[in-house]
Amino acid sequence: MKRSFVIENLGCAHCAAKMERSVSALPGVNSCSVNFLTSKMTIDADDDKMDDIFASAAKIVKKFEPNAALKA
Amino acid sequence: MKKQIIRIAAALILFIPAILMRSDPDLYIFSLVLFIASYMIAGFDVLAGAVRSAAGGDIFGENLLMSIATVGAFLIGEFPEGVAVMLFFRVGEMFEDLAVSRSRRSISALMDIRPDKANLLLSGEISEVPAEDVSPGDVIVIRPGEKVPLDAVVIRGASSVDTSALTGESIPRDVSSGSEVLSGFINMTGVIEARVTKPFGETTASRILDLVENSASKKSKAESFITRFSRYYTPSVVAAAILIAFVPPVLFGFSGFSVWAYRALSFLVVSCPCALVISVPLAFFGGIGAGARLGILFKGGVYIESLSHTETAVFDKTGTLTSGEFSVRDILPQGGIDKDELLRLVALCESCSSHPISLSIRAHAGSISGSVSDIEEIPGFGVCATIDGVRVFAGNLKLMQRLSVHVPERSFPGTVVHACADGRYLGCIVVTDNIKPGARAALEDLRSLGVKRTVMLTGDVASSARDVSQDIGISEVFSSLLPDEKTEMLDTLLASPGRKGSLVYIGDGINDAPSLAISDVGVAIGAVSSAAAIEASDVVIMSDDISKVPSALRLSKRTVRIARENIVFALFVKISILILCAFGFASMWAAVFADVGVAVIAILNSLRALDHKKY
Repeated sequence: MKRSFVIENLGCAHCAAKMERSVSALPGVNSCSVNFLTSKMTIDADDDKMDDIFASAAKIVKKFEPNAALKA
Repeated sequence: MKKQIIRIAAALILFIPAILMRSDPDLYIFSLVLFIASYMIAGFDVLAGAVRSAAGGDIFGENLLMSIATVGAFLIGEFPEGVAVMLFFRVGEMFEDLAVSRSRRSISALMDIRPDKANLLLSGEISEVPAEDVSPGDVIVIRPGEKVPLDAVVIRGASSVDTSALTGESIPRDVSSGSEVLSGFINMTGVIEARVTKPFGETTASRILDLVENSASKKSKAESFITRFSRYYTPSVVAAAILIAFVPPVLFGFSGFSVWAYRALSFLVVSCPCALVISVPLAFFGGIGAGARLGILFKGGVYIESLSHTETAVFDKTGTLTSGEFSVRDILPQGGIDKDELLRLVALCESCSSHPISLSIRAHAGSISGSVSDIEEIPGFGVCATIDGVRVFAGNLKLMQRLSVHVPERSFPGTVVHACADGRYLGCIVVTDNIKPGARAALEDLRSLGVKRTVMLTGDVASSARDVSQDIGISEVFSSLLPDEKTEMLDTLLASPGRKGSLVYIGDGINDAPSLAISDVGVAIGAVSSAAAIEASDVVIMSDDISKVPSALRLSKRTVRIARENIVFALFVKISILILCAFGFASMWAAVFADVGVAVIAILNSLRALDHKKY
């Protein structure tokens, strides 16, 4: 299932690209796309794994852009 | 924003005296202190961010590389450079943030077509509620000046609405009881009450917004190139920096280490591909947003790219180039009756048929009299009826042949309805499909934009097709095609030898799905609410206006050009500065410009793609 999240304070497009790649590589994630211009991250993954994936994705966001935060 | 300005100002205030004090040997220590203080104010966040991202495993983050570059500058004794670069970097970052938020705001303003409140009419009381809470069947009130929040059908009142947000049409549309109003229309003159037909998430405006947002994932080749490029760019530049720092000193002696170190540190400053990574997607997203405002929905940047080098344009005829409504062109009686009589007889015959041709004949005839009975439809041939006691037949040539009625040899421009009674030929009525106004200009426009081949595919007869194509100026016509044959024809065109540009198919969507799917770019025209057409096509034109096709082509060419300008500019400047830095002809200051200055310029250039008035 696809779910969209907002990334607050997303300022660096390069970082957005890195986030997209890292989250796509997470187990259980079918695909991930980050739209830098709308500050949205869309993750396509199994429903039951979504909570764990969200937690991992939030950490990934922090890793590449410490000032940004992934919001549910 | 304010914090950034205060920080930069504070750092500057300490920096300037530090530079002045530097030359005085007595004050040298103080200048160092000021430099460090200034640096910490300007760069603390960057350093903190560097530590965090490095700890998380990201060694190619901009913060880390910038920190290494500036701290490195300090270590080789270049205090002013270190602080200046950090200051410059923060200033540039601030401008970059400004440019990005300006872009984001422009895009959301462009897409602000859907209000989120509705005036719900319940038991005579109007209350303002979130549009999401309104269900189909509820009645809403839209006052003059308000935007229509949901798709609905007018049940009371009359007004003019501005449809430009959805269709790009500047001419207002009149609506009254029974008319459909869509979310995103702006009500202009009168108050209207309307019954909601779709929930908030499924309204036309919502679907458009979803489409625009999702379009970012259908990346153009340019965007994919940038993504791949940026993966290799930063590590390569960092690797080059390490080589520059350590290889020449080994070869030429360690005394020159600080010179080479300085050059290597400059490299680190240019290592972020931000200019490209932001500006290219921004150009395409801007193009998509601008298109949406014109009533042209691109489903992805990749289609903007494909459309920009269109070489072949293939058109469906009925409904695309023509309005789909027929009109009587000629009445040619024979056998002793006059025009009015022929018209009367045929119109009476067709009185129960709903075929567009019948409708046009009846419309032309107006109010007629006669006793009609035993009306019979003969599918594929025509109709017959008993009029004033006589059995009259009206239909195509096949019908006349079946009745062994002799029809004089003639070629007619358009579709012909023959009539006969008692085995005697009565004459025929010629109807033609109305060509859309502006079709001719649109075709001319397309040719001037580089479209070399224009083709029309139609199931209609050759004479009718030729009529239209000659009037509009389409070079190749293939008529009398069955639906399968249309797709086969398209396959043949796609496989044409020497074909370099894109093949674009333009149709009205209803039975064009396979054609729309196999062409390089499928454009559905006039499909405002048809979900099926929106599904099958790559570009949706939200009105019947065929002049939007050349507009779309112009938009795509300009957008691609803007993206290309940015790529060439950014790459050229960055690589030039890298080379100059490597040989010592450029300082770290130039490097900072190559990094942030280029980014800001590229982003501002991409904003031009949002301008929808140019098409």
